[in-house]
Amino acid sequence: MIALLKPDLITVNIDGKEIAVPKGTNAIEAARLVGVDVPYYCYHPKLSVVGNCRMCLIEIGLPAVDPATKTPIMDPATGKQKINWIPRPQIGCATNASPGLHIRTNTAQIKDCREGVMEFLLVNHPLDCPICDQAGECKLQEQSTGYGRGYSRYIEQKNVKPKRTQLGPRVMLDDERCILCSRCIRFCKEVVKDDVLGFIDRGSYSTLTCFPGKALENNYSLNTVDICPVGALTSTDFRFKMRVWFLKQTNSIDTESSVGANTVVWSREGVIYRITPRQNDGVNDTWMADTGRDLFKAVRAPNRLTAAKLDGLDTSLEIALNTAGAILKAAGRTVALVGSGRSSVEEHSLARKLAETLGASTHMVSRSGEGDRMLISGDRNPNVRGALVVGLIKKLPTAKLTALGGAIDAGAVTVVVSLGEDLHAAGLTTAQLAKVKIIYLGTHADATTGAAQVVVPTLTVFEKSGTLVNQQFRLQKFAKCVPGPAGATDDLAVLAKLVVTAGGTATLGDLPGVWTSLATTVAGLAAISYATLPDTGLLLDSTPFASLPFCEGETFHYQPAATTAPTKV
Amino acid sequence: MSAAISSSMNLKPATLLRIDEVITHYPVKRSATLPLLHLIQEDVGYISDEAITWVATKLELQPINVYEVVTFYPMFRQKPIGRRHIKVCRTLSCALLGGYKTCEAFEHAFNTHRGEISPDGEVTIEFVECLASCGTAPVVLIDDDLHENVDVAKAKKLSDQIKSEATRRR
Amino acid sequence: MPAPQQRRIIFKHIDAPGYTNDLACYVRHGGYEILKKAVTLPAATIIDEVKKSGLRGRGGAGFPCGVKWGLVDRKSGKPIYLVVNADESEPGTFKDRYIIHQDPHQLLEGIMIASFANNVKQAYIYIRGEFPHGARILEQAIAEARAANFVGPNILGTSYSCEIFVHRGAGAYICGEETGLIESLEGKRPYPRIKPPYFPAVLGLYQCPTIVNNVETLCHVKHILEMGGETYAKIGTPNNTGTRLLCVSGHVKRPGYYEFAVGEITLGELLNEVCGGPLPGRTFKAVIPGGSSAKILKFGETFTLKNKDGSSRTLTVEEIPMDFDTLAACGTMGGSGGVIVMDDSVNMVEALANINALYAHESCGQCTPCREGSLWMKKITARMVHQQARSEDGALLKSVADQIAGRTICAFGEACSWPTQSFVAKFGDEFKGYAETQKEPKRADALELV
Repeated sequence: MIALLKPDLITVNIDGKEIAVPKGTNAIEAARLVGVDVPYYCYHPKLSVVGNCRMCLIEIGLPAVDPATKTPIMDPATGKQKINWIPRPQIGCATNASPGLHIRTNTAQIKDCREGVMEFLLVNHPLDCPICDQAGECKLQEQSTGYGRGYSRYIEQKNVKPKRTQLGPRVMLDDERCILCSRCIRFCKEVVKDDVLGFIDRGSYSTLTCFPGKALENNYSLNTVDICPVGALTSTDFRFKMRVWFLKQTNSIDTESSVGANTVVWSREGVIYRITPRQNDGVNDTWMADTGRDLFKAVRAPNRLTAAKLDGLDTSLEIALNTAGAILKAAGRTVALVGSGRSSVEEHSLARKLAETLGASTHMVSRSGEGDRMLISGDRNPNVRGALVVGLIKKLPTAKLTALGGAIDAGAVTVVVSLGEDLHAAGLTTAQLAKVKIIYLGTHADATTGAAQVVVPTLTVFEKSGTLVNQQFRLQKFAKCVPGPAGATDDLAVLAKLVVTAGGTATLGDLPGVWTSLATTVAGLAAISYATLPDTGLLLDSTPFASLPFCEGETFHYQPAATTAPTKV
Repeated sequence: MSAAISSSMNLKPATLLRIDEVITHYPVKRSATLPLLHLIQEDVGYISDEAITWVATKLELQPINVYEVVTFYPMFRQKPIGRRHIKVCRTLSCALLGGYKTCEAFEHAFNTHRGEISPDGEVTIEFVECLASCGTAPVVLIDDDLHENVDVAKAKKLSDQIKSEATRRR
Repeated sequence: MPAPQQRRIIFKHIDAPGYTNDLACYVRHGGYEILKKAVTLPAATIIDEVKKSGLRGRGGAGFPCGVKWGLVDRKSGKPIYLVVNADESEPGTFKDRYIIHQDPHQLLEGIMIASFANNVKQAYIYIRGEFPHGARILEQAIAEARAANFVGPNILGTSYSCEIFVHRGAGAYICGEETGLIESLEGKRPYPRIKPPYFPAVLGLYQCPTIVNNVETLCHVKHILEMGGETYAKIGTPNNTGTRLLCVSGHVKRPGYYEFAVGEITLGELLNEVCGGPLPGRTFKAVIPGGSSAKILKFGETFTLKNKDGSSRTLTVEEIPMDFDTLAACGTMGGSGGVIVMDDSVNMVEALANINALYAHESCGQCTPCREGSLWMKKITARMVHQQARSEDGALLKSVADQIAGRTICAFGEACSWPTQSFVAKFGDEFKGYAETQKEPKRADALELV
């Protein structure tokens, strides 16, 4: 009998195993919780249910009750309530947990159902595996191996459909491979609200397409490639580049904006090949923007800094750091530190130490754009809040470094340390830059590196580990995917060295060391460590910063705090 | 904006009036997709990509929504056809009574194949599914009119009739 | 013994000399009197009469009409719609055509009574695109009825209003499936909906409670209210009440449409006496009794059925009474009443090839088994007939069909697989030996079916 549980939990029985699941859980998810795999194609936890692939067919049984009296009918053989098994199999994706629901997934009928659906899917499917990018992560391959009959009985002609259509700038379509699951259509319509894809013609000749003249070109088009269970929709950028089973997967964060979409970076032998979204139901569901996926291209950009420089000439790291330290020591208290909203929390904390050691003023440049109300926010810096949490800054960054420019003109600042920000683009004039000594820590050459006395190459987000705080004040971690170029050094090591050469007390320049310090010195980060931080992040207390006028508008999973402005009458 | 589009669509004023009226039959505009496509096809003869965009704008839809519908239903065509549309039923009851020979007779009479426009531009012959008049098989729909018990002889007679009507018109 | 007489209630005026399809003629014959009576009754009373009558849907599924009406969600506050299924496309069926073209007001009166009983304010008649005259006739009839205050705002001096619009389809069989029809009415590709949760009675047209009824079924509603549900229930056979329209086509001397009390005529009486028997020099070979989706019956086979008292009876094909339950017990169905007869000139592989081509063409393509399976079966039978048959093709066909039935979103899965399953089961030898048949030279006058 049904045990007494919290009101919103329902007990279901799957292949003899009982489990209590929240109301509204479908059979596929419930089965997953007890380790039972129910295969599917068209179902997706973040899209509407259509039930067209028929792969998730399972046997459903409900407890028998007397129709008149509603009393349970017992089975004398087992002593338990009799279960009426529905003869016709039902789709699991559309079967929600109800009290006493029984599910069988391992019967001969279900085995036959799955073999049947697999056979039907393969009947018109081209034998493209050797040339198809999806190989190795293809649901059709996986499920035909797991649930298919293993041989073909089809001797007729297969359907021929358009084979290499550029559906949009980033997506390639092969209509013969398409199994008509409609995930891509539902995604574009329901999530992106860009109803641009559809099926034309009928029956087995149905074909995915756009209306002539339209294209799949919204900034979320590559998510259709992620969710396409087969190789019908593929990434043009990734096409034919690498077999997925050679790729290493590393968890990272999209640094395009303060949304902090969770990602997976795929690399092999130090080279990144693609970025895909990582599921985080609190931040980005299973999606990310197309533009965020391109960020890894910067790793090998032509203007990547690969050698430490002193007055424009290559030098060794040691000389560069020592010279920088000397400059800083000699500057007295006329140093300004320009931090970056793109630095990690750990880098922010060491930057703060450096600033305190030098008595330096701290500045930060804001980076804003129009939020798309989905996964790109108005703040194009991924970690301004991290700087606030560790106390590097107390106010929000400004678009231009006007205050700093004034201080330079007034002679109050003679040395500027830039942590990867192009000071010229941030509003300092050439004249102002000429008045100061610049120490630049960063990854790419720009107008500032040309004017800097000391340039120390550091690492991109893909080449180091750390954490970022997104617009929700969620602390999220990213890990090192590939090694940096030979001449570049980890930012934390450089900052720690600078603290020492600038006359400060020695401080640890590695991740665990920084966190030991953070956990004890920053109230908001007490009892947290990088190693134990969950993959889905940790929400920090945002109340100390509640009065700051953050610029972000609404996006997925984020509502800006209500303004305190009086409502119009 | 829509006036400019409709004038380039060259629909008859009566058609435009009926289009606006039929939209009022439904609480949701999208429902008027099929009626609009029928009206446009009756007016112009077929449904162009331009017409698809026009209908989509009119019903506040995306062109793909209308395109999906046009290609699904066999009665909608995206290219012009012959002057007269001959639809011969190929389903079981008509086939049992010689429907295939009837279709061949029409094709022979106009020297054409199914799906094409005949050389004289007069007919397009189509083999269609059950027309729901199986008791009088074989049946043929010529434009809007149903013809029953169309054996090979009657097919020839109907073809001659179509040809003489064509000659009279010229 | 003479065959039972027709009992023409629905078809009373079809082909009647001098009967025209205008309102005046209908009224002269007592038209709309029952509607006048209906609007004075509580809605629940009308629904009750229909329940008592035992009326089963005449579109093909045979689902009890009163039960269907009883499932409608009346608590949601959403408008309730009535949709008339005039998409008549089941091969072998040609009955609604005559009601629409010759006696449209009988349908309209049935619609208004059903709408009144179910608090429907808006009804749509979904008529297949290939009935262009029928659509015009219905629109004309609605205009007449509106002018006479039988349809539209505040009918017959009451505060009840109901509008009827005609909506033309465009050549898709799947629009005859109730949820496919609803999707088509909403202006989309007619992909049937998954049930649960989209039962039309709860989440139908525009996600509102919707009743979808066949043309003939709604005509019966009027007559039920006229004679009373209990009286209607006495016509025909218990659980198979009233009259039904039967359409006979194919290899009989007198194909056509007939109306009989359900179960009062046997298949043999229908084909031999009413329809004159086989064509000269031919013998009956097979018959599909309920539209092409129904399983085929082979002349010569027998069926042993259990009686209520536990004894059994054996029936030949000719002895089967044409009621839903007996036909179901014999492994086929009453369906839409479309009886297709084949004589000994027909090769069953070729006949199945014709049917398979229909289903492959009409499959909407939404779900995997029907989409791929229907086309596969068509390709097999087409290859058998036009290229090379193999002795194992029959077994393969059955295996493919078995993988479709019961696994699809809608009943089209059964519709496309039952013919194959039954043809192969009952005429397996013809399938096994078709390769041999192909070697014989083809006669010039040979019947071409595919």
